Order: sequence, then structure tokens, then C-alpha cells
Amino acid sequence: MPETQAIQFKDAAARAAEAAAAPSGDTADLQGEKMVLNMGPSHPATHGVLRIVLELDGEIITAARPEIGYLHRGDEKIAENMTYTQFIPYTDRLDYLAPLANNVAYALAVEKLLGIDKDLPPRCQFIRVICCELARISSHLLGLGSYAMDLGALTIFLHTFTEREKIHNLAESLSGARFTTSYTRIGGLSRDLPHGWVDQCRQFCKQVVVNIDETETLLNRNRIFVDRTQGIGVISREEAINYGLSGPVLRGSNVDHDLRKAQPYLVYDQLQFDVPVGTAGDAYDRYLVRIEEMRQSVRMIHQCLDKLPGGPVNVADGKVAMPPKHRVLTGMEELIHHFIRVTQGINAPAGEIYFGHENPKGELGFYINSKGGGTPYRLKIRSPSFVNLSILQHMLPGHMVSDVVAILGSFDFVMGECDR
Amino acid sequence: MSALELAQRLRARFSDLFSEPAEFRGEISMTVSDAERMPEIGAFARTDLGFDYLVDITSIDNYGEDPRFTLVYHLYGYGHRCYLRLKTNVSEEKAEAPTVIGVWLTANWHEREIYDMMGIRFRGHPDLRRILMWEGYPHFPLRKDFPLSGRPTEVPEVAFTDAAPLAGGPFVTIAGGKDTVAREPRVRIPDTDELETNSRLERRLDIKEAHGQAFGPGPIEPAKGS
Repeated sequence: MPETQAIQFKDAAARAAEAAAAPSGDTADLQGEKMVLNMGPSHPATHGVLRIVLELDGEIITAARPEIGYLHRGDEKIAENMTYTQFIPYTDRLDYLAPLANNVAYALAVEKLLGIDKDLPPRCQFIRVICCELARISSHLLGLGSYAMDLGALTIFLHTFTEREKIHNLAESLSGARFTTSYTRIGGLSRDLPHGWVDQCRQFCKQVVVNIDETETLLNRNRIFVDRTQGIGVISREEAINYGLSGPVLRGSNVDHDLRKAQPYLVYDQLQFDVPVGTAGDAYDRYLVRIEEMRQSVRMIHQCLDKLPGGPVNVADGKVAMPPKHRVLTGMEELIHHFIRVTQGINAPAGEIYFGHENPKGELGFYINSKGGGTPYRLKIRSPSFVNLSILQHMLPGHMVSDVVAILGSFDFVMGECDR
Repeated sequence: MSALELAQRLRARFSDLFSEPAEFRGEISMTVSDAERMPEIGAFARTDLGFDYLVDITSIDNYGEDPRFTLVYHLYGYGHRCYLRLKTNVSEEKAEAPTVIGVWLTANWHEREIYDMMGIRFRGHPDLRRILMWEGYPHFPLRKDFPLSGRPTEVPEVAFTDAAPLAGGPFVTIAGGKDTVAREPRVRIPDTDELETNSRLERRLDIKEAHGQAFGPGPIEPAKGS
């Protein structure tokens, strides 16, 4: 039988008297005692499901342990069990803020394995560059908007999202979907540009430049923003290289490396553009690099739209690309090609390739090991967010808790890509 | 300097270790015959040949072949802008290779991922924990004998071959455990329902004793006295 006990509440005066009577040694121990703080996985500044276990001495971080994997879906395992074409929709869900760029990266990797990456029709190559650069602008707009919002400047978020919405509209008329575009196909694109798209895109480019300028006016000399980002999260050139960082995070640390210049693919060698590079390697420099990259992307899109040639968007080889539907319904050879492409996939040669693509977040690489046939034997996704986040453990200690938000925002990572 | 010339220089330095450089789609691959020498080779490639950027490390499961695993290192140099791919084989019995963190710090998470997904351990790694799966997870998902949903399998205790039940299935964690190991239902002994809190390898031995079989394609138990 449980006994009923009266609970004795102490009033404030009694508690104060008890605390004063306690030996001072008890409270002296609290000085310098470390506290463990769980940040995430559901924290607005982690932009997804990153969890960081912080060890704190007061407000100073003494140790940080990032925990990832909350969004792991086994994409690499899935890829081993389906044809090359079937995996394209999964690439949308890697860096889900720039699906068009992922589509292009994956298609180029498979085309490199097939040995047809140099034979793509020029129109396809130009459209793919436009897609990549639109995706870069879209990703950076979101990255900057949410970054500024994390640091207390809500206006920027509303500003950049207005423009980002227009990119989604363009993607919708391009592929039928706003986010999960799946626009590329092995050896080409799912469809050509719709009527009037070029003009819409030109108009968008004119509008987004104004928006970027406004964003810069609001942030570049904003006292709060500058104080919270300058000198915060400094990565030296040597550290950036040693940790294998890529993308704006690498270039913010004064490493002049951009795969579009270093290993030109598609038609990037025919375009005029500059690669912005930071000097201090802090969060502010990474912000500046992203702003300038958007301007360069707009510059590239203008050039591509000017030069955009006519012609087909798919390779003519029926053993790679799907024949057009009206031919399938009338021709015997096209029907056979269609049937084989759907049931068996593309017959890739045995061999292995690595293709690195300059994605908005950094180097998105696909390593494909093929033993021949329609499915890869092993497909490894080298995701930029995964590698970029690995430096957190090293660089967070010594910063204040509030700096974590500023540092994470400046990395601009996506957990869908990090965890795969 | 081209990638082929760099590969030849690497081969000249470690002549007994390297195979003839193979070229496919303009990329150079070489096979290293002894995985134990990778840190030494990496240090030379980094300091003397300028491969300062370790792009990626990955692993391949050549299921049914011997040696079973292949480690693949992708190197790049910012100075000469050349890629080089180094491959080395690791047997299933050993399932171990030395870490290259001493050469490139970026290897840390790549090696953790390989351990997590394929079960190859890296000797000398300071923090070899699971990274994408949780601590206590009993399988290595990227191995070829690990099944997909709906496919028949020989791996025991994997629920992937049937639809997972909504409650009480192997994916439903057990409430109240102090960490993920304690909450992982697949590492508990069914009859006693005892919570195993000892290390992963010891736990596997316990389960082996209780069930009379090993628990999935786990890591090879280290030889006694090593």
C-alpha cells in the first residue's frame, strides 16, 4: 500500500537561506564546468537535419561533434539496382535546392562512361549550361536569404524568394515540375525549350540583377551583419585544401579553383566569366563570393541565350537516347530501340569514370564503376556538403554559440546531399 | 605535366607496388598491390607530386571474388590540375586498411563512411564510428549481400524482405535506451530481451552464442592476441 506523503514546498526565503548556508565549494566547482548542448537535428539554423553536439564552457565552444545521417536514404544502393535513366529522379533529391544542376551532373557522368560527352548536340549543351546557372542562382538566393534571416535580417529572405519563385516558374515551364525537375536524359534532355522561354529567361536575368544589387545594398555595410560575419569562421587556405573543401567555401579561402575553368565541360570554355575569390576566408567572404557568382551566372546565361543554336537536343544514336514517340509508333527500328531502352536500359561498357561537376554547393562528383550492361555496379556520389561539413569539428571550437548560426549559414549545405 | 607522367613518376618511386597505368576515357588508374603502403604512397603523391586535394575515397564490394573489397582513392592537384585514381584490394578476412588521415585530413569522414557502409576498418583512425547509420546498427548496407526491399536474402533478421510491421518490427526502436545501441532492437537477444551495452564486437559474439549463428555480415572478429 503506498503511503500518502505531503510534499513540503519551501518558500523563496527558505531556499535563499539554504543556498547561503551551503558550503562555497559546491558553487566554486561550477566555474569552468563544461555543459553539453544538443543543437539540432531540428534547429532552424541547421537548414535540415544536422545535429551538432556542442561542449560549452560558458558561451565558448570547447568541442563540437557533428552527427549526420538523419536523411540517409541509401541512394547509392538504390542506384546499383536500377538502370541509369531510372536514377535521374533520385538526383533531384540530392541537393534539392538545385535539382537542375544535379540532373546535368549525373547525365554528364553517365555520358562520360558511354564516351559520348563530346558528341552532345550544341543546343543541348547550351541549354544544360543555362540550367546549371539558373540552379546556381536559385541555390545562392535561398542560401543568402536564409543566412541573412538567421542573422536577423528578415527582409533579405523575402527579397530573394521573390526572385527564386521566378526560377521555379521557369523550371516548371521547362520540365513540368518546380522542384523535382528530372530534366536531363542520358544523351540529351527530356524536351526542348518551350515556346517563349528564352524571352522569359532574359526578362528574369534583367530583374534578378536589380534584386542582387538591392540585397548587397542591404547587407554589405549592414553593421549587424558585418559584425556577425567578419572574422568569424575563418578557414585558412591550407586548411581548406587539406579538408578537401569545394565550391564557394573553398574559393572564399582564396583558392582559385572552379571546375568550370579547371576542367571545362559542356560549353564553359566558350563563355566569358570570372571566378570570384575571397581573401580572408571568413563567413563574410563566403557571402561576397556567392553574391558575385550570381552576377557571373547571369552573365553566362545572357551569353548562352545569345549564342543558343538550333538543332536537336538529343544525340541521334538510338542505342543511347529514346527515339521520338511519333517515330516509335510508326517505325520498326525505333520501336525496338524504345523497347530495349525501357526494359534493359543503356548498354554501358565495362570501365570506371569519375566526373566532378561544379554544383552551387561545390564539387558534386559521380564515380561510376560499370561491369557492362544497363545498371552501374557501384555508383558513388561525392557530395560537396558532406565534405564541407567535415571541417566543423575542427573549426567550431573557440567560437561563441551564436557564431554557430553564422558559420553554418555561410557553409550553405544541404542535408539531402550530405546524407544521400 | 600530364596525369600519365605523374603516374609514371609515382610508379618509378614505388616500382614494385604499382600496376601499369590504365587509361579509360582520359582518366588514369593504377592498382596498388599492398594496401598497407597507402599512407606512404599518399605522402609522396602529396608532397612530391602535388596531389594536394583528396577528392574522394570509396569502396567497391566485389562479392564472390577474392579479394572481396577494393578501395578507390581519387587524387587531384590544384597546381597541375590532373586527376589520378589509385585502387587497392582488401580481403574479406582482413577487412582492414591503414588510414590516410595523416596525409589528407579530409579522409576522416570518407573513411568513416566506408566503415559504416562496407565494414572496412581503418587502422589508426582517431574516431572510427558509424556516420550515416546509427551506432548499434548491425549491418553494412552497401555490401552486395545486403538486400533491397522485397528481394530474397540470406541475411538473417533483416526485415527488408517483408513489409515492416507498424509496431514492434525491427525498425521500431525500444524506448528508454540511453543511446542508439540500447534502442536498437536487432542487437537484443530475443528470449532474454536483455539490453546489450557492451561493445559491438562482443555483442556479436553473445548473439552468436545465443542463436548459433553470426548476426549478419558484420565485421570479422580480430584474431586473438592481435
